[in-house]
Amino acid sequence: MELDSVMLSRMLTTMTLMFHIIFAMIGVGVPVMIAIAEFIGIKKNDPHYLLLARRWARGFTITVAVGVVTGTAIGLQLSLLWPSFMEVAGQVIALPLFMETFAFFFEAIFLGIYLYTWDRFKGKWTHWLLTIPVMIGSSASALFITTVNAFMNTPQGFDLKNGQAINIDPIAAMLNPATPSKVFHVVSTSYMTSAAILAAIVAFAILKGKRGQYEQKALRLTVTCTLIFSVLTAIAGDVSAKFLAEVQPEKLAAAEWHFETEEGADIIFYGTLNEDGEIENEIRVPKLLSFLAGNSFDTEVIGLNETPEDERPPLWIHYMFDIMVSIGMFVMAITALFVIMSKVKKWNELNKPLLWAVVASGPLSLIAYESGWILAEVGRQPWILRGYMKVAEAATRNDDVGITFVMFALLYLVLGVMTVVVLIKMFKNSPAEAELEKRFPNGEGSA
Amino acid sequence: MNLELLGITVLWTFLYGYLIVSSIDFGAGFFAFYARWKKKDHIMNDLISRYLSPVWEVTNVFFVFFFVGIVGFFPATAYYFGTALLIPASVAIILLAIRGSFYAFNNYGSRDSIFYLFLYGATGLLIPASLSTVLTISEGDFLAVTDGKVTFLAKELFTSPFSWSVVFLSIVSVLYISATFLTYYADRADDRQARRTIRQFALFWSMPTIVASLLVFISLQMHNPEHYNKAITEYWWMFGLSLLCFGIASWFIYTGKRYGTAFIMVMLQFFFAFFGYGASHLPYILYPYITVHENVTNETMALALVIAFILGLLLLIPSLILLMRLFLFDADYVKGKKK
Repeated sequence: MELDSVMLSRMLTTMTLMFHIIFAMIGVGVPVMIAIAEFIGIKKNDPHYLLLARRWARGFTITVAVGVVTGTAIGLQLSLLWPSFMEVAGQVIALPLFMETFAFFFEAIFLGIYLYTWDRFKGKWTHWLLTIPVMIGSSASALFITTVNAFMNTPQGFDLKNGQAINIDPIAAMLNPATPSKVFHVVSTSYMTSAAILAAIVAFAILKGKRGQYEQKALRLTVTCTLIFSVLTAIAGDVSAKFLAEVQPEKLAAAEWHFETEEGADIIFYGTLNEDGEIENEIRVPKLLSFLAGNSFDTEVIGLNETPEDERPPLWIHYMFDIMVSIGMFVMAITALFVIMSKVKKWNELNKPLLWAVVASGPLSLIAYESGWILAEVGRQPWILRGYMKVAEAATRNDDVGITFVMFALLYLVLGVMTVVVLIKMFKNSPAEAELEKRFPNGEGSA
Repeated sequence: MNLELLGITVLWTFLYGYLIVSSIDFGAGFFAFYARWKKKDHIMNDLISRYLSPVWEVTNVFFVFFFVGIVGFFPATAYYFGTALLIPASVAIILLAIRGSFYAFNNYGSRDSIFYLFLYGATGLLIPASLSTVLTISEGDFLAVTDGKVTFLAKELFTSPFSWSVVFLSIVSVLYISATFLTYYADRADDRQARRTIRQFALFWSMPTIVASLLVFISLQMHNPEHYNKAITEYWWMFGLSLLCFGIASWFIYTGKRYGTAFIMVMLQFFFAFFGYGASHLPYILYPYITVHENVTNETMALALVIAFILGLLLLIPSLILLMRLFLFDADYVKGKKK
């Protein structure tokens, strides 16, 4: 591996995105959780849920701030690190990028209002209504930015003539084949991961001995939401696999180590490749890949050998696929078990092993989220614009990418550590019971 | 008006919007730190954070809007500025990142850390300085293009009197705009002590602002005579209006009445100067490589962007009005009686 501008640009973009998507994912998912908690709180007149919404909102501001600044970074880095790409693609995909900032603008305005008007309006519902533009804004920016990424996977809506894009159709570029499945998968996994992280925090607090009503309600709410969103995620994953099989077969084939085109293709879980490129130590489920690709065990699945060697993605993305799917299954199973146990009176869902499993689901979901994005992005190597422009042609010719990489690495290190420290301090200094007493002194309406 | 002119006008308007709202924000950060350092923070820091907390994110979006918009309308800017400005733009991003996140850490997280406040105040002056270099570079002579490879001539920039006068202007005008706005805000809050302190800042920074503007003019004449001639022959009246507005604003602040009108005059002062400067720079975006006519995006995309822009404004303007009514024009909130 040579550390030229291309490699360094890839590394810097990877680092910025991996850091940014943590906060972007929280930015998309947590407003939904806040809205649900406040809704239940008002509906049931239950101060526990209202407090939950308030405390989540307070922590949310910190993550939003880091999300905003790292989002600004990646926005500018697109032009700084990939100027040739932006010069061509800017002609075709400026519209969704522009709309993304509108959605973000809309969200920023209403988030500011939401955070500072808790006690301002007479009707309780007026304040809750503010969550709607926040949710619309955050999910819409996820939608628009995902269309850009989808476009890079399946470009359309233009013709390339002598390096110039002509016959441009901005709407067709946005509504490219990859858009529906990508947007569905990104939004559902963001909701799921956010819910899982909030559930993990509560479960951890309960394990540490905080077993009040507040914590129990919070745990039931977050785990139920995680379950619902993880089912959505699984459906979205299935849709994505079918899409890949049809439109972007080399990505699926590399992720699945599927080399020969065949009907009734096996699916491969785990395993290793030996020196001759043969698969060892795998778990093989016959014909399942065909089923995944086309709902029938006889579907023909295109193998990697059909793709010219210099256009194949690296084979290690298979492990990313394994991690993503295994964690998704684990989280769904754990949350389903929790929900079932909490419905049956004789069973105690607050047992230690189950709570630890819920705690683990949080960080694991985050790992799955990252792995999924790595799979999606590395899976379209060597292309930056699949079929049109390779990554190596798009990178900057500036020689200072190395020093820039170091500067940003330090920045993310500081921001990451500070975020964790500030968040922990914030909630340690103001425990839930004390805040409940202070805000709702008569236990008003507590069920 | 054709699409490229409409496009650059829209973008320039957004940059102007960013100039005003970010100046208030950047300057406020510096004043907040200064007040803490002089142990006078009880006088004005509550006031500042009451204004900033709900709006700081919105400020940031104005900036994102501008750079996404300019790459969309004029994709060649991505290539030239993008290749050349890797280091300076990265420094600006890092400063913005430190500032934005430490604002949140300080205000929502653990309150009252002088170190955070220092980072916040110091970056508030460094960011306008680093961003203003992009305007300087657009005047030409700071980029070298050989075989399609663009290089940034850092040494020329650092030794140019023109570039230093722009940096000087950006810093003092940040402090001036911010102080005039905060004087008005303190007046609305009926906070006489804060008003007295900030009014002094406003008066103090008005002189350097005018001096710096003149310096920019003089050094522009040496650096880019073509631009300078266009400015004084075709657009002299805009700079005249700017000076007039400055006079009115200073008069109101000096006599201590009508701070609201004074701030509007300051906004107009910068409006005329900024648009006069921008208009006389046309048709060049980056002298002499990028012009608005030759480097505009294709017609379909330009039209789509304009339509998206109009629809977006229909959504944003009512929301912004709501935001201002709740936090800027609600007397009880400004006075701190309402949370």
